[in-house]
Amino acid sequence: MAEHTEHSDHIMSSSFYWLIWAILIAATFLTAKIATIDLGMFNTIVALFIATCKASIVVLFFMHVKYTSEKMTKAVLLAAVFWLLLLLVLSLADYSTRYAG
Amino acid sequence: MEHEDRPELRHHFADVVQQRNAASLGMWWFLGTEIMFFGGMFCGYLIYRRAYFPEFAAGSISLNLLAGTLNTAVLICSSLTVALAVRASQLGRRKQLVNLLLATIFFGVCFLVVKGFEWRKEYTEHHIPTFYFNAQDMIQRNPDLHIDPQHAKIFFSLYFALTGVHALHMIVGIGIFGVITFMAWRGKFTPEYHTPVEIAGLYWHFVDIVWIYLFPLLYLIDRRGP
Repeated sequence: MAEHTEHSDHIMSSSFYWLIWAILIAATFLTAKIATIDLGMFNTIVALFIATCKASIVVLFFMHVKYTSEKMTKAVLLAAVFWLLLLLVLSLADYSTRYAG
Repeated sequence: MEHEDRPELRHHFADVVQQRNAASLGMWWFLGTEIMFFGGMFCGYLIYRRAYFPEFAAGSISLNLLAGTLNTAVLICSSLTVALAVRASQLGRRKQLVNLLLATIFFGVCFLVVKGFEWRKEYTEHHIPTFYFNAQDMIQRNPDLHIDPQHAKIFFSLYFALTGVHALHMIVGIGIFGVITFMAWRGKFTPEYHTPVEIAGLYWHFVDIVWIYLFPLLYLIDRRGP
């Protein structure tokens, strides 16, 4: 699927990118459909889970993170995601317990 | 000497690979700051959504689900053309590269046109959070939700801030791709040197990812009703 050139570029076949596209389009219509079904509190969780899967597919394959030899790219990405989770989790933990009792 | 036969290689880099890795890493750092930029707004959105859920649900239902889904699909198509454009530049296919870049710009403009029609609808419904903001239609459509117009206003403030800043990123992206298309048309890129295509592509995919999260968070809050 991936071949090497002199600068170790990973060139994917175009059919591979079309496959990724088909998965992303299918997931978009799937999430819009699932939102109309009553799953209680799981509606939000499923919607965010599908969004995270789609985002991961874009990062790994369209943005070539899966095939990069640069460890720094992955380190920057993980640091940014970690920071984002720190912000969201700690803020929401604060707001959801502050007025309790 | 490698520098002499490679005009695109700047003198402070040892070789082309190092130069390209440095440029790519710079874009990833920038995207890291972009995650922080959007992250703050997402965090504010999540906190208010938790606090004022009925108004956020009513506001979300008033958005056009078909337009939102369509726009998500349009952006995914544009991400495909970007990925294929980077591939065309790796293979040195100049004509294919220009066509794919033009397709990307086309999809980007399509997205903004659909978004423009949505904003126009919200303007005619008095949902833009100004002195003329009016939530009467939401109150009538959702009699059992006890809608507070002030809280509905917060939903639409966040909606316009998030989609507005996202649209601004789209406009910047279209501008960048205009320049890249011109450079590609002039034959500036070769299989050895196509870094601008690659890092502009990274930016475009990031803007796509922001929308991948905005779509469920804004349009799909509560679509379970009849």
